[in-house]
Amino acid sequence: MPTVPAYGPDAAGRLAEMADVTASDSALRRFLHGLPGVDAVGLQARAAALGTRSIKTSAKAYALDLAISMIDLTTLEGADTPGKVRALSAKGVRPDPTDPTAPSVAAICVYPDMVPVARKALDGTGVKVASVATAFPSGRAGLPVKLADTAEAVSAGADEIDMVIDRGAFLAGRYREVFETIEAVKAACRRPDGTSAHLKVIFETGELSTYDNVRRASWLAMLAGADFIKTSTGKVAVNATPPVTLLMLEAVRDFHAATGVRVGLKPAGGIRTAKDAIKYLVLVNETAGEAWLTADWFRFGASSLLNDLLMQRQKLSTGRYSGPDYVTVD
Amino acid sequence: MSEKSRKGARTSSRDRAAGGNGGDRAGTGRTGRTSSDDKAGKTAVPERVSVFKTYKLFIGGKFPRSESGRVYEVTDSKGTWLANAPLGSRKDARDAVVAARKAFPGWSGATAYNRGQILYRVAEMLQGRADQFAAEVADAEGLSRAKAAAVVDAAVDRWVWYAGWSDKVAQVAGSANPVAGPYFNLSVPEPTGVVAVLAPQDSSFLGLVSVVAPVVVTGNTAVVLAAESAPLPALSLAEVLATSDLPGGVVNVLSGRVAEVGPPLAGHQDVNAIDLAGAAGQRAAELEAAAAENLKRVLRPAGTDWTADPGPDRMLAFLETKTVWHPIGV
Repeated sequence: MPTVPAYGPDAAGRLAEMADVTASDSALRRFLHGLPGVDAVGLQARAAALGTRSIKTSAKAYALDLAISMIDLTTLEGADTPGKVRALSAKGVRPDPTDPTAPSVAAICVYPDMVPVARKALDGTGVKVASVATAFPSGRAGLPVKLADTAEAVSAGADEIDMVIDRGAFLAGRYREVFETIEAVKAACRRPDGTSAHLKVIFETGELSTYDNVRRASWLAMLAGADFIKTSTGKVAVNATPPVTLLMLEAVRDFHAATGVRVGLKPAGGIRTAKDAIKYLVLVNETAGEAWLTADWFRFGASSLLNDLLMQRQKLSTGRYSGPDYVTVD
Repeated sequence: MSEKSRKGARTSSRDRAAGGNGGDRAGTGRTGRTSSDDKAGKTAVPERVSVFKTYKLFIGGKFPRSESGRVYEVTDSKGTWLANAPLGSRKDARDAVVAARKAFPGWSGATAYNRGQILYRVAEMLQGRADQFAAEVADAEGLSRAKAAAVVDAAVDRWVWYAGWSDKVAQVAGSANPVAGPYFNLSVPEPTGVVAVLAPQDSSFLGLVSVVAPVVVTGNTAVVLAAESAPLPALSLAEVLATSDLPGGVVNVLSGRVAEVGPPLAGHQDVNAIDLAGAAGQRAAELEAAAAENLKRVLRPAGTDWTADPGPDRMLAFLETKTVWHPIGV
């Protein structure tokens, strides 16, 4: 079965083949609860074991550049100003002004009202504009509000939409409602010219309580047409962790094996050091495979991670340990 | 009595380490007595096995082993094994600089009065452990017990002397400058930042205190590399610092080779100054060249007599002058 990207024109046909499991609430529940249970101890042990790989010298240099190119450089604060978004955009385009070989980040991630500012700052640079939407971060709003939120961001020029699922509905077992919301938001991502903004679906795994729920949410979102699945908003106590990321990588891999549709993954929140980022890259390579090791299929949702990657990069190129005086204060 | 059992314990440990080749100071009494007890067939109380001390690094207020896992043998002045000390690596140096940087805002922002109180508290704790330090200094430098005790007393006195400077250094190094205008013009000394200190090789305790105290009393934080061949007094000083209200990270103590730990510290972009008291000749010149990369303040080795009255020079070497203009009559 040839691989098709989740955002491509053929993905819908593949998903239609799975329509029988998503046709009704009971069919969907039967399917999601029929997924094999997660071996929590084994999952944590596997994630920990993969975290001990030693990545040095040229491999490290490659990994650092790859990680930088995968970052969704994020500012999601109530205190965001147009100036801050412009500054962050400039930084995303050229992260290290002293070293033009440093790659650009993948995207700048902002609130919907800041999309025009970021769009203007990033036009022609190749760096994408991502926007959170659907009443981020809680997702507590009616469907029309969520859709309007999404449509506004898309029309303002967002390339990517990060939506949150309604965790309340998911935990209450109203899977079909979550499914339909994702489908509706995906439809709202469509532009007048027929193209679509890519849709990332945030589960807020810190609020899903169990690994089994994370697996069900992953399949639910992928069946509903998510282009990316994303761990967290970064706004709660527990964010992306290696075990949860590993579990979602397995879901992405299994979904690809079952349908041929390739879905991306974005761990977000709590990834602050180059060391952590490299551990995640190892997880990707060992679980989903090398095909996912590009900014098209794997992203880091992060803000302070970039500075640490740049300091590590400077250390590799100069041989001297760098310090916070040599990167920007965001 | 405590002295006798201490020597006894050391004898047995030395025997184990050096293949039974007891040192010249070693009384053979204890082991001899035990064997004669055995011959007599008495139910001898088993000889107490003394608890070996594992000397560790002191980084960020904690006592980690070296990241490298290595140790090296420390001997007394006659070549007899005393203990294993951690052989610090460049990564330990990196961690120590991070800890020192983290501690800098709090320590430099503390009032001079508060810093003085804490350093005086250190002197109190030093006094309480004077016997232990005297024994370590006697071993390290081949001094008699009486002379070693005098060295320790001098070190405690010196620490108190520097502690007293905390709220006086600004009066000596600062000034109210006459200017031709309606302004107060004030120059005040401010701490330089993170200071790397290579402790003197020839004076393991008095010399150590004489270089560490002047750095921290003015609000700098320090990464100290102990004397290479006699690090035990420095590692024990760390235990004193850990129990005397000094915030973690203000003083970090490493042991290891100057040739290995010195260059990363001298080249580190997040270190603001370096005291080369423990380096000499060509090595000092190389370290000074590496330190020039980010314009570190460098205090060159000067063949200081550590027993002499120090004067304020070592404090003044690690201060920056801030001058403020304040309008009069507005």
